[in-house]
Amino acid sequence: MKAPIYWLKDYVDINVDINELAHLLTVSGSKVEAIEDLGKSIEKVVVGKIISMDEHPDADKLKITQVDVGKEVVQIVTGAPNVNVGDYIPVALVGAQLPGGALKKAKLRGVESYGMMCSIDELNLTHDYLPDAPKDGVYIFSNEPELGMDVKEVLGLKPVIEFEITSNRPDCFSMLGLARETAITLNTDFKRPEIIVKEKGKGNASDFVSVSIMDSELSSRYAARTVTDVKIEPSPEWMQRRLAAAGMRPINNIVDITNYVMLEMGQPMHAFDLKCVDGENIIVRSAQQGESITTLDGQERQLDSSMLVIADENKAVAIAGVMGGENSEITSETKMILLESATFNGASVRLTSKKIGIRSEASTRFEKGLDSENVIPALNRCAQLIEQLGAGKVTPGIVDCYPAKPEPVKVQLNDLEINHLLGTNIEKEWMIKLFEKLEFVVERDSMMLTVPSFRSDVRVIADLAEEVARFYDYNNIKPTLLSGGTSTIGRKTHSQKMESLIAQQMLSLGLYETYSFSFTSPKVWDRMRLPKEHALRDAVVITNPLGEDFSIMRTTTIPEMLGVIKTNYNRKVEEGGFFEISYVYNPIKDQFLPEERKVLTIGLYGDTDFYYLKGIVEQLFVQININNADFSPEKNNPSYHPGRCARVSIGNTDIGYIGEIHPEVASNFECPNRTYIAVLDIDPMIENSNMEKEYSGLPKYPAIGRDIALIVNEGVLVKDINAVILQRGGKILEQVKLFDVYKGEQVPEGMKSVAYNLTFRSRDRTLVDEEVSKAMGNILHELKTRLNATLRE
Amino acid sequence: MKQQLQTIANEASAKFEDVKDMKSLEEIRIQFLGKKGRLTSILKGMGSLSAEERPVVGQMVNDVRKQLEESIQNIKGELIRKEQEENIAKEAIDVTMPGTSLHTGKKHPLTQVLDEIEEVFLGMGYEIAEGPEVEMDYYNFEALNIPKNHPARDTQDSFYINDNVVLRTQTSPVQIRVMEKQKPPIKIICPGRVYRSDPVDATHSPIFHQVEGLVVDKGVTMGDLIGTLQVFAKNLFGEGTDIRLRPHHFPFTEPSAEVDVSCWTCGGKGCRVCKNEGWIEILGAGMVHPKVLETCGIDPKTYSGFAFGLGVERTAMGRFNIDDMRLLYENDMRFLKQF
Repeated sequence: MKAPIYWLKDYVDINVDINELAHLLTVSGSKVEAIEDLGKSIEKVVVGKIISMDEHPDADKLKITQVDVGKEVVQIVTGAPNVNVGDYIPVALVGAQLPGGALKKAKLRGVESYGMMCSIDELNLTHDYLPDAPKDGVYIFSNEPELGMDVKEVLGLKPVIEFEITSNRPDCFSMLGLARETAITLNTDFKRPEIIVKEKGKGNASDFVSVSIMDSELSSRYAARTVTDVKIEPSPEWMQRRLAAAGMRPINNIVDITNYVMLEMGQPMHAFDLKCVDGENIIVRSAQQGESITTLDGQERQLDSSMLVIADENKAVAIAGVMGGENSEITSETKMILLESATFNGASVRLTSKKIGIRSEASTRFEKGLDSENVIPALNRCAQLIEQLGAGKVTPGIVDCYPAKPEPVKVQLNDLEINHLLGTNIEKEWMIKLFEKLEFVVERDSMMLTVPSFRSDVRVIADLAEEVARFYDYNNIKPTLLSGGTSTIGRKTHSQKMESLIAQQMLSLGLYETYSFSFTSPKVWDRMRLPKEHALRDAVVITNPLGEDFSIMRTTTIPEMLGVIKTNYNRKVEEGGFFEISYVYNPIKDQFLPEERKVLTIGLYGDTDFYYLKGIVEQLFVQININNADFSPEKNNPSYHPGRCARVSIGNTDIGYIGEIHPEVASNFECPNRTYIAVLDIDPMIENSNMEKEYSGLPKYPAIGRDIALIVNEGVLVKDINAVILQRGGKILEQVKLFDVYKGEQVPEGMKSVAYNLTFRSRDRTLVDEEVSKAMGNILHELKTRLNATLRE
Repeated sequence: MKQQLQTIANEASAKFEDVKDMKSLEEIRIQFLGKKGRLTSILKGMGSLSAEERPVVGQMVNDVRKQLEESIQNIKGELIRKEQEENIAKEAIDVTMPGTSLHTGKKHPLTQVLDEIEEVFLGMGYEIAEGPEVEMDYYNFEALNIPKNHPARDTQDSFYINDNVVLRTQTSPVQIRVMEKQKPPIKIICPGRVYRSDPVDATHSPIFHQVEGLVVDKGVTMGDLIGTLQVFAKNLFGEGTDIRLRPHHFPFTEPSAEVDVSCWTCGGKGCRVCKNEGWIEILGAGMVHPKVLETCGIDPKTYSGFAFGLGVERTAMGRFNIDDMRLLYENDMRFLKQF
């Protein structure tokens, strides 16, 4: 809400400068968004009148003018094509400040010029502010302001404060509401305009029109006045300037008056050309399915039964609270009007304006729910201004349909409770005086407060506490630290600690943490090579997404990690390692909410390979003490290279996959060919990590090492060889270390050589060679039997 | 013979002067002290001496031997030291060359800020609560005193899954879930991801993060809220930080406030970062609305509470002077490395 300060001053004395005012209002609850000074950097620009105009002897396009600027007559050489003798124009005198710089005396083709006639561009104004200004050329005043007067005064180029009005305070969407807040904040007087309507028209409004409301839930009050002998013309300068400064474009006297009253009193008004209302009956009803209306902006709007319209007997003439219809618009031909002042259901207006896509000054007010007690004062104010401006004759009487007059709300003022909630010690008398200024009716015996009708936000004592606190100033409340409260221990849960530990390990293993979006596009399924009925395709779908790319909740983090790699790869970052701990979302049949599963995603590209990724995962398992993890070949995960993917499990629980991304998938996501990704469930890792630690004694007896190289079929897994060795090695086998796998010369085709270093040790004695040889014999025998492994000669 | 011994000693000393390396030293040793050395040959000639002279000369020979051996030992030590010095001199390396390239990763700036926030509140006795991101409309709105068609829903344009399920627009639903389950005293913070239907640009993201705080107990006051936020702001933004509260409207708190901190760049004098206001808005806060307490089965006559919430992105952008929110979700390594 934009409020020109000079307008606000009509209703309240302001005894502080504008910055102080902005600060004080902000801390009392009317947040100042911006202060705009329309006259900023304009000085010494005054009203002048052209008294003579002569040709320039040496230039066809220039004219030499004598301009009366009040105290003197100055000579100005101008090239403006649109000025004539007798015109009143803004004149920047020598030494004037303009947004474009200072003005100096000049010589134009040998003739001295002591000033400049200004266009609105030169004054940094727009056509929205001065709609009657010519597109090119100097601005010409439409009236005859006093010569020599400062144009800032004439054009209302003064400071405007823009307030952020919260949705609970529709009363502050008005100059009067803001003035009331200002008066209490500054402790000065609040002055309402005196509203008197002379009603010089003939007959009675009820002779011309009747009103019926079909559903009082949707409109609690509808009041109308009629005006005859209407004379449509521009509204006076002062009104136009105020409207423009508040951000509304002046149109004509009737429309401007309705807008003026809306800005002043917070009650949107509408004027219909009564001639266009058939049957002299205004009906407030729901729109019919299939009904349409062309609104004032020339657009045809389709209506539905959830929308409220103002209609006559035959047709809708306005979308209630949103915008009027073209069919009853005020035109220069209008002779008789109907003025509407009404309240509509806020939620309904909000939905309608959203559906239709119009958010007008009126709808932004209506949707917050307006005060039905303000309807008649606003209607009368409108009538009063019409009379004052000679825009028409107001017919005596008001047609007022008020089916749902609300009961006044009462709340008891309990000063102790308020002080208790705020942690303050504010006197009861101070509170009472405050509520009186806020126009609550205070019954001192019972301490019962009647809430004014315009404060629908005040319903319980906590609301009273806020009123007290904001005028006491929140910042005057003494800060304390839960002195009276129960003491608590702050700590992370085991899972939270483990998650931090996992992240810490990822960092120390050289991975950078990423944050990616948790919604994605259903297109990623095909790019991931997921078959049609794949389980991951079953996702939580957003009904109103920001586009297809963000339309489902992800069921896997692979596409986002590939996205990270793509970004870096495309930007010529040579290699990268990343991790993220985040959720995937899996719908659960017959349940409202999906399962949200936390996963660890690791992504690598560049100078790296499968075993580097596996090393990271293994090192993580070491650090969080998981010793029953298993990696088994996985050929069927469609997104991974079938020969370079492992299913990871802990005990009997599968926790995810690691591997090289399938080259086709990598290419679909514009990633390098060798891209490695692991996705592992966090919860089973935490459940299976054993963080209970216990010391076991250091070895006292020497170890005996044996190296063996085995020749096995190429397809035999190292994992299976390990299992046999561990199984047959007996208690004395301390460590099994694979140190070489070799294929090629000296190894038969289709076979490979696998070399191990085995360490034997006993905890209670020095081993003798025979014991170790016996264990080795067992191992080799079993390897031969089970895996057809032979010792390499 | 005495004379002879003196000559040997003198000659040896003269030779020691010229010794350059171990090899020549060894040669000298053999020449004088070896089995066929000159001193040894004198000892061999002792047979010709009288019984009286023998011990005297023997003593003299031993003295000279000792003297020579000592000298050899000294020269040996000297030679070794020299050799080491030479080696050390040869082994000099360019210590200005870079160290071996080791890699540890970096925490994302959002996590760094989140961790700091968590640390402050853990230290003040808060626990960390979590809740679902895909959330019931009831928890995200209704229970927070935001019924259907409430205008406050406009400012939080939501993503809907269906009429009953939304992507949470705030972390506040976690408050409700905790209050439903746990009796006061409650002291929690709820960090988490939230969703609003804002297109991506330099200052908006449809996904961002909040940290919500909630305290419910007997006798909790607005003064407690202000004190808590002061401690928080000083911890996060520095000891000299001030806070300013402005009345605001949130349906789930009453009184409600927006909270500014004094600008971390200029300290409140006004600069580009704070748009010359000296203050930067960082938090929303207030006393828990009695209706919300009631909805969760907590008697507002006995208990009161405060709640606050802040945006992690905005805080991180302020702290690290990041001018475009998109950078936080692009995960460009060159960006991530800077934190």
